[in-house]
Order: sequence, then structure tokens, then C-alpha cells
Amino acid sequence: MPTRSIDEIIAAMPTFAGLAPERLELIAGCGRNQGFEAGEQLAREGDPADTFFAIRHGRVALEVAAPGSGEMTIETLEEGDVVGWSWLFPPHRWSFDARAVEPVRAIAFDGACLRGKCENDKELGYELMRRFAGVMLDRLQATRLQLLDVYGAAVE
Amino acid sequence: MAPLSSEAPAVAGPMTPRPFRVGSRRSETADTWTLTLEPADDGPPPRFRPGQFNMVYAFGVGEIPISISGDPGGEGPLEHTVRAVGPVSAAICRAQEGEMLGLRGPFGSSWPVPEAAGRHLVIVAGGVGLAPLRPALLEALALREQLAGLVLLCGGRSPRDLLFRAELERWGADPGLELGLTVDAAAGGWSGRVGVVTKLIGGARFDPANATAFVVGPELMMRFAVDALLDRGMRAGDVYVSIERNMKCAVTQCGRCQFGPTFACREGPVMELGAIEPFFRTREI
Repeated sequence: MPTRSIDEIIAAMPTFAGLAPERLELIAGCGRNQGFEAGEQLAREGDPADTFFAIRHGRVALEVAAPGSGEMTIETLEEGDVVGWSWLFPPHRWSFDARAVEPVRAIAFDGACLRGKCENDKELGYELMRRFAGVMLDRLQATRLQLLDVYGAAVE
Repeated sequence: MAPLSSEAPAVAGPMTPRPFRVGSRRSETADTWTLTLEPADDGPPPRFRPGQFNMVYAFGVGEIPISISGDPGGEGPLEHTVRAVGPVSAAICRAQEGEMLGLRGPFGSSWPVPEAAGRHLVIVAGGVGLAPLRPALLEALALREQLAGLVLLCGGRSPRDLLFRAELERWGADPGLELGLTVDAAAGGWSGRVGVVTKLIGGARFDPANATAFVVGPELMMRFAVDALLDRGMRAGDVYVSIERNMKCAVTQCGRCQFGPTFACREGPVMELGAIEPFFRTREI
């Protein structure tokens, strides 16, 4: 089976779908394939967010650790999802832990590399910012629904 | 004085509860129980369609509508899955084997499972919403050869709040059923999905142009689920929701469950979204 290039792989992911081939190549130039074993951390809260990931296969849990409660999973992400947007915004620091729940294959992107390309190509920067804003909006809406705890309180 | 008769009272009707004995009780979660109920009058258990409900009476406490959660094709006793959220539901959940409850019903409309033949059937359940959908799923599994596909998307508050866990495992291993399971939050030890159930709709394998969807959960969850189904390209006429309002009489006499121009106890609880869309999102209704 022929090996697909990174630009071909990310072209099928919702966050990157529809981008012009030359832009996909630009983005792919900052990415590399990376694998994680089940239980391995992709990122750790407080660490510099110099990388983000696009999941090719497997499930990643976003977790926050609280004293006495252990790790709480606040969301899981799967094939086609991106993990991390702190690379876009100062101070470029991870807000959560990200852990592979099962073996994960991902494209790891160098955030500084991509930020540099966005500075040089404002259209690429706008396009990426627009797409990541969409991802953030979806996650914000989902988080609001989780916060409402719709399954919690009920009346007779 | 005439001897006490063991026959049914001469005056009986839809407002007269029929006595049922609790056959067994099974804990689903910390506050939710499944009871099997057998007629105490030697008559057969009533036949029902998936989605229908009974008015369940805890003697001396009160009466509430509870969806039937058992197999509509089964010959066994009635099953009701009840979450204790108030005095009546708590009394029903406390009922022990051999104790008596009163039942009126079955009432209401049903999930159009046979009408989904040749189509993909997508069942979206949130929290205890899986209970009224279980009869529809069991009927769909029995008719699976006639369906183009069967999808169950199920959301819960946390892993310990999921109903029918043994069956969920079985359904998850069934190659003829696509099961998507997620919880809103989880502590360590859970390797499944975490996130809202509506998020599963986008990635589920079904053809929105040839699909029928059943949705039950808190109304807020249903609104978001309906939006996600319509965003996938489904028609409102192919989406069915369960409208559970404040039912008291269950026979359209009291008016407590009026929902726009309909009564939830008669036209509902299962309603086609296309028919109720104008007032589905009306806050005052």
C-alpha cells in the first residue's frame, strides 16, 4: 500500500479539508508522524505548547488533575480531531493534560514553524485562524452543554 | 352483608388503577431501578407498543407517568425503569418484591419502528431517556434484517449513571448495531468517550436522506440533538422526539399536558418533529 504524504492525510481531516494544495503542503512542512502507546502523554498541563496534534487513529483524553480526585477526563478526541490550540495564542502553554487512551497515531505539528508561516502568509494565517475558531466554537458549545448538567437535576 | 368479591370492581375505566405485584427489582444506578410488574388479578399483562407509558400509582403517595422499558415482543411481565427524583418515583423505586402498585395504561403514541423498514434507524438517548427507547431498540433488533442500518447513540452523566450496562456491552459487541457511547465527565478508569452525545451524530454511519431518528432525553439535550440531525441533512418529518409534559389523567381530560394544539398523553409522548416544529422551541409552551 503506498504511503500517503502528510498533506494528503490532513486534506481528509475536517480542520484542513478544502485548503488549496499549496497551503496544505506549507502546513504539512511543519508536521511529522508520531505514535503514542496507550497511557502515554501527548501533552502536560503547564508545559510549553510548542506542538499540536491531528489524530490519524486512536483516542486521546483531555484531562485535568485535581488533588483528591485524581484525573478527570473532560473530553475525548478521535480520528480527524485536532488536539491543542494553545500554540496559537501567547503564552503558548498547555491548559490540560492530553493522554492516549489507546494506541494513537497522529501528525505532530511544530507550532512555532506554523506561526512563522502564518506571519509570512496572512491569508494562510486567516484561514487557519478561521478554522481553529470553528473548532473552538464547537468545543465551547459542547462544554456549555456539559456544564448545564442536563442529566443531573430532574423533577417528577 | 354480602361476601367480599374477588372479581374486578363493577365500575372500572381508564381512571381505575389495576393492581400489579412487583416481581423483581434491579438497581440500574444509584437512583434508578427497573421493576418487573405482574398483574395481581390473574389477567394477562397488557400488550403495549414501544414508547407507550403507564400511569404508575404508589398507593397512598401518588401517581406518575412512566414509560415501559421492556420488550414489546416478550411474553414476560411488564418492565418499568424509574429514576427516583420525587416522592412518588422514590416510593415506586422503594417497592419491594411482592408489594403492590397500581397501573393504568398503556397510553400514548409509539415509536414507528416497522415504518423504518428499508431505512437507517438512528436512536439517540440521553440519560434515563434510554429507558423509553429500549423497547424500540429491542423491536428494531428483532426486525434488523429489514433495516438498512441500526445506530444507537447513548449519552450519560458519568459512567456510573449509564443504564442497562450489561445490555450496552452486548449491543456494543453486536456487528449489526453501531453503538456510540459517551459520558459528560469521567474519572480515571474509563477508556470510553467523554463529551456530549450530540457530538456523536456527526460521525455516525447513516444516510440522512434515508434515515429515521428517535430522540429521548432532557428537552435541552433533545434540542441540540435535533439540530445535529438536521445539520446532517435529515428532514424534520423523519425525526421523532418524546415530549414528556406534566401528565395527570393520561386520557386528555385534565389538560395538564397540553403541548400547543396537542396533548402529550394522546398525540404523544412520541411526536414527529415536523408536526410540532412550530412550537417545539417556543419557550412559553
